[in-house]
Amino acid sequence: MAQITESVPRSSNKPKSAIGALFRRLLRSRTGMLGLVIVVLVTLIAIFAPLLAAHDPAKTDIMNRLVPPFWLDGGNMSYPLGTDNLGRDVLSRIIYGSRVSLLVGISAVLLAGAIGIVMGLLAGYYGKAWDFIIMRLVDSFLAIPSILFMLIILAVMGPSLMTLILVLGGTSWVVYARMVRSETLSVKERDYVRSAKAIGALDFRIIVKYILPNVISSFIVIATLNVASTIIMEASLSFLGLGIQSPDVSWGLMLSDGREYIATSWWVATFPGLAITITVLGVIFFGDWLRDVLDPKIKD
Amino acid sequence: MTISAEREVIVEVRNLKKHFEMSNGFLKKTKTTVRAVDGLNFKVYEGETLGIVGESGCGKSTTGQLLLGLMEATEGEIYFRSTDLASMNKEALRKARKDLQVIFQDPYSSLNPRMTVGELIGEPLVVHGIMRGKALRERVIELMQLVGLREHQYDRFPHEFSGGQRQRIGIARALALNPKVIVCDEAVSALDVSIQAQILNLLNRLQKELDLTYVFIAHGLPAVRHISDRIGVMYLGKMVELAGRDELFNNPLHPYSHALLDAVPIPDPKFRKEHELIEGEIPSPSNPPSGCRFHPRCPYATAKCREEEPEYREVLPDHFIACHHPLLDEDTSIVPATH
Repeated sequence: MAQITESVPRSSNKPKSAIGALFRRLLRSRTGMLGLVIVVLVTLIAIFAPLLAAHDPAKTDIMNRLVPPFWLDGGNMSYPLGTDNLGRDVLSRIIYGSRVSLLVGISAVLLAGAIGIVMGLLAGYYGKAWDFIIMRLVDSFLAIPSILFMLIILAVMGPSLMTLILVLGGTSWVVYARMVRSETLSVKERDYVRSAKAIGALDFRIIVKYILPNVISSFIVIATLNVASTIIMEASLSFLGLGIQSPDVSWGLMLSDGREYIATSWWVATFPGLAITITVLGVIFFGDWLRDVLDPKIKD
Repeated sequence: MTISAEREVIVEVRNLKKHFEMSNGFLKKTKTTVRAVDGLNFKVYEGETLGIVGESGCGKSTTGQLLLGLMEATEGEIYFRSTDLASMNKEALRKARKDLQVIFQDPYSSLNPRMTVGELIGEPLVVHGIMRGKALRERVIELMQLVGLREHQYDRFPHEFSGGQRQRIGIARALALNPKVIVCDEAVSALDVSIQAQILNLLNRLQKELDLTYVFIAHGLPAVRHISDRIGVMYLGKMVELAGRDELFNNPLHPYSHALLDAVPIPDPKFRKEHELIEGEIPSPSNPPSGCRFHPRCPYATAKCREEEPEYREVLPDHFIACHHPLLDEDTSIVPATH
């Protein structure tokens, strides 16, 4: 009998720290860890850009234009990754460019997420007219080629960092709205939501305390992965001349500048391209790992 | 057994109906109406436990949700004391919910996984602005002790508990507002048999201590036998028989109740009896049979049963039934009719 009393649920042994448990699981996933390291590294580079960059990214030096990277003939250690057609240091420009990429990538996703979550919750929770109107709006956004839409808005408003964020965020919210709506539809039928209605909770409380926390994990996963595609989108728009304008730097703009010299001075376009690839890969690895961890069906 | 004479009516349901419109087929052109609850009349007396039983799809859970105001009735009235819940506006209904609470079937899906035990139990008090801060915490701990949970479990999450303990959390949450009536929607059927007994005992004790009225919904008669004072049997959205517990078990008058009781196995190998098993499946509530809804499966059905719907009436004191051929004197008077 003594044994029986001892085998009562022993969940109280250690106070579990959720973040600690997450971190232990992160250590077990190699790609997840690699993703995290890359994301943290790029973030640190962006934050400490002025300390890390040896040169002013906008400073031109015609005497030293198109200097190759240090390991090639004619290269030297003061321009480790060479210079571009105006003699600007490629490494310093990449370091500063990370700021724009991350800022645009994260802000646009946050903006899109905020719009998408609100729209999705309204459509999913209230249904009927709300659902009809919001979902037709979503459909019409999906029907317009988003790149065309962005080009028109950027052309009208004039390119700047702010418009870039608004345009990228304002066109991609539909994805989140659809996802949050469908999750809301399934969560609101659960018994615990009915129990909230039974105690007389107001709609606002039910949405914020019952629906939102139970749909947010899917959102986090999609949002993380979309940071990657937004970084690429920013690069594409800057490449087309509709994004960041000189003297500001972004990786997309650097690609665009280097395009003409790709045959003779490959390094001008290649290194910013590599920076984009590595960052996006890092974010994707991290997002994939997050998806595995937040999926309640996969428990350790 | 004249319960009605002594006690006050706390909930009364009159001609309650809930129909669901379903559209299907190409371009949603075909419309079918599912008559989940189709004309219910019953009373619940203060302090009693009314059991409601029936097969899946008979509308018993819908009835529970209608009583709680979680669903809007298509037709009919639900009186709580003397106010009609069905005619209330949203805000008045929200306030009235203080008196009517629910315990759900599945303790794994009825507790928000992102809230702690303390939050879950205290939430009704917060929602109605009754308590906050220290008083709230004290009240929650009092409720936890009342249902057999311990104070140190205050900050735990539901997933750290077993099914029985979770059901205790659900019960404490339902009790927080000092309700008068609690609808137990299959409150124990998801639990192990040994845990079921514990929870039923807890519910019994709480009923005595707090003067509660229960509407206990279940799919089998044995589940409600120990806790109910009166039992109602539902079939296809209608009440077919309603009587005191002992009366119903000893003297079932409706062929359906009779068959349900017959279907209960008796744990004695020496005791074997001829089962009068009812044949067939429960018909679809979207296309119920004509006349008496039970006639296609009834061994006593006659032409009258096919054509005329039997009236729900009090055939014996406190014994209601809807049948043309009640089994009033079982052994002699009723001869199975030829179909």
